[in-house]
Amino acid sequence: MMELRETSRRDFLKTGTAIGGGLVIGLYLPVAGRLAEAVEDDRPKVKSFAPNAFLRINTDDTIAIIVGHSEMGQGVYTSLPMLVAEELEADWEKIRVESAPVDPIFNHAAFGSQMTGGSSSVWSSYDRLRQAGAMAKMMLLEAAAKGWQVAPASCTAEKGFVIHAASRRRLSFGQLAEAAAKLAPPTQVQLKDPKDYKIIGKPTKRLDSLDKVTGRAAFGLDVRLPGMLTAVIARPPVFGARLKGFDAAKAKALPGVKAVFAVNAGVAVVADGFWQARRGREALLINWDRGPQAQLSTARLREQFLALAKKPGAIAHRAGKPEEALATAVKRVEAVYEVPYLAHAPMEPLNCVVDLKSDSCQIWTGTQFQTSDRAAAARILGLAPEQVKIHTMFLGGGFGRRGNPAADFVSEGVEVAKALKAPVKVMWTREDDIRGGYYRPLSISTLAAGLDKEGRPVAWTNRIVVQSILAGTFLESQMVKQGIDATSVEGAADLPYAVPNIRVDLHSPRPGIPVLWWRSVGHSGNAFVTESFIDELAHAAGRDPFEYRRALLAKHPRHRKTLELAAEKAGWGKPLPKGVARGIAVHASFKSFVAQVAEVSVAKAGTVQVHRVVCAVDCGPVVNPATVEAQMQGGISFGLGAALSSAITFKDGAVEQSNFHDYEVLRLPEMPKVEVHIIASREEQGGIGEPGVPPIAPAVTNALFALTGKRIRRLPINPEELR
Amino acid sequence: MELNVNGKIVHLETEKDVPLLWVLRENLGLTGTKYGCGIAQCGACTIHLDGEAVRSCVTPVGDAAGKKIVTIEGLGAAGLHPVQRAWIEEDVVQCGYCQTGHIMTAAALLAKNPRPGDADIDKAMGGLICRCGTYERVRKAIHTAAALMEQGGAR
Repeated sequence: MMELRETSRRDFLKTGTAIGGGLVIGLYLPVAGRLAEAVEDDRPKVKSFAPNAFLRINTDDTIAIIVGHSEMGQGVYTSLPMLVAEELEADWEKIRVESAPVDPIFNHAAFGSQMTGGSSSVWSSYDRLRQAGAMAKMMLLEAAAKGWQVAPASCTAEKGFVIHAASRRRLSFGQLAEAAAKLAPPTQVQLKDPKDYKIIGKPTKRLDSLDKVTGRAAFGLDVRLPGMLTAVIARPPVFGARLKGFDAAKAKALPGVKAVFAVNAGVAVVADGFWQARRGREALLINWDRGPQAQLSTARLREQFLALAKKPGAIAHRAGKPEEALATAVKRVEAVYEVPYLAHAPMEPLNCVVDLKSDSCQIWTGTQFQTSDRAAAARILGLAPEQVKIHTMFLGGGFGRRGNPAADFVSEGVEVAKALKAPVKVMWTREDDIRGGYYRPLSISTLAAGLDKEGRPVAWTNRIVVQSILAGTFLESQMVKQGIDATSVEGAADLPYAVPNIRVDLHSPRPGIPVLWWRSVGHSGNAFVTESFIDELAHAAGRDPFEYRRALLAKHPRHRKTLELAAEKAGWGKPLPKGVARGIAVHASFKSFVAQVAEVSVAKAGTVQVHRVVCAVDCGPVVNPATVEAQMQGGISFGLGAALSSAITFKDGAVEQSNFHDYEVLRLPEMPKVEVHIIASREEQGGIGEPGVPPIAPAVTNALFALTGKRIRRLPINPEELR
Repeated sequence: MELNVNGKIVHLETEKDVPLLWVLRENLGLTGTKYGCGIAQCGACTIHLDGEAVRSCVTPVGDAAGKKIVTIEGLGAAGLHPVQRAWIEEDVVQCGYCQTGHIMTAAALLAKNPRPGDADIDKAMGGLICRCGTYERVRKAIHTAAALMEQGGAR
């Protein structure tokens, strides 16, 4: 089955026509059974029954699941088809996946636009895709029953067949497709009892492995169109710099360089291929007005943020009388925490392929934000959004970077195509990626807590200084309320521990650095702060950090259970080899609960080695346990790399890092053994792509404190502090 | 210029200093080899040059002339290589972008050292980057591939 898909994908790359051609248009409509025209690939005799927008049952028994969410590694091209296949009673071996076009029918079921983010694809699709499968199954049952002249209720569906047990007759879904297509769709469906699930909840291998291990999977960067040129853009050396002028004579004289022109993002150099374009860019002479941020430096920024932290901010959460409680507490603990700007650095640098015609535009890219990217492209081109077609390719990592409300990489692709009047691929180099902004913002958190004579926290204040991600975007009106960007305080304002008097306030300075959600967003920094500070309180109270947390989580059973499971599986309290210590952290994000216990040691040079991480997770009913495990491993790797070594810093206005030699991320030798324990849960379903990230940094630094007595309050961990 | 790519001789016109990566991807359409950093820091562009794992992003195409170039498209040309089978078996990939480079590096390691220990794997794979964090499964899959090859899966 895979072979057919690969062929059609290659053909589509060659010809520039969409997968499935005209067929896709019919899928825009949530229409009932219709028999589509022959699929436009090398199977001219295959017809398809499309009961709704989310699947097609082909007469050759293959089943195409059309997925509106982007596959960026998190496994939605496997977990979402599982939902359809379960209710359809499909043969899993026959399932193929296609990426959906941009259409309202594929809008995120909870967020109202076509996008992928917030660890929400599975829980938000859970009902809709099961219903889509159930609807198709009902029509197949009805078609078979009609043909056999028996009652539909006497027929069952099983592994791609409809069976009439009494007469021992069976027909495959493919054989029934034509008849089913003539039926009216049901208005109501009966979903299965979860105890009868055969696919949901079972560890299921990824459907995209074969394509990805053979190099056939097509990412945005792999798209090639006839006559396509390649462009790179000379970007400003400082955020906020303005182009004053440029001399392209030398660049244009180089072999392969076709055009050089100014665009909003800088100066575009278009050439036959990437190397020629990049060489052309190096030969440009550009005169920049470095603008108001020419003096920006991380050192100065920190001073400004620390000065702000002395003044009251906008209240994100307040309960009781924190100031009075602090003043009368038996013991007072204070600390300042800091996390740096971080680049997402997905392995596939950003890119966008555009083929522009007078009244239409096709875009090939890996995006997390189809609806807003399409709208941005349409605005630039003066077209209606429906005239712009986005082909969502495999994303070579996203982590939030490919979901930009500013639509940066799509807008510039469209701008270049508009000026060039030829198909073009606009590529970012790794240096462009590291220096090009949209970072996880730096934050400084100033905390104070008061303990009573038993060591229990009676007051907790946390003042956060951090750039708003949403300010100035189209999401500001929805997600910034009374000066509080919800993403700035998530994981801080919703402290789960029982503290009667609490205040969390926020400053949102605007230093002009482009910022964005970075896998787990505000939680990525706030969990480090709160889970470190609660650890400090435990030690100040002379209590075991696990027991201390546990006692304060009586009203948060999901936190507590996860914490207990991680501690139990890690052997919390049991002896470890000399030079190794444990740390623990628990954090809820994206509606899921994750606790981690890290075992660490420190080498003489102060370098940290994390040997083992025991991870417990409650994400509600699980669709694919294999994905949950992979996302916990991946989240730990992502968060640990940042905690150990990543930072974006500024000097004289410019980003000091440029590539993986100085923007360091986790590599294989540093990867700990990760044990994932999933709690069998019937609670509300949560996400899984991000929640593995937040607890790892504090679990590690809490372990470092247990080992060395040194409290790490600033990331990335500085080995000099541990020598 | 004449190149030997995946067992076939190809002729093309190119400057000798263009990195092999771009010739493979743009001139020959072999897009399984990926660009990740351009400075030999991430390994996404790894190919085999006379059997050695090499970073094609810093290898001038001129240096590859007269040598046997194998890309991911050539590795599994005669059916999946044991490393690719192990990768599927261990469900390694996530976004998948860096994985072809990992697979080419692992295949070169196993060709020289059919039973690598964890330290050997650290050494051979430590220069690559996977932002999805598939490292644990990469390690496991290399052990699995070694076992598959021992059972006669080697080509």
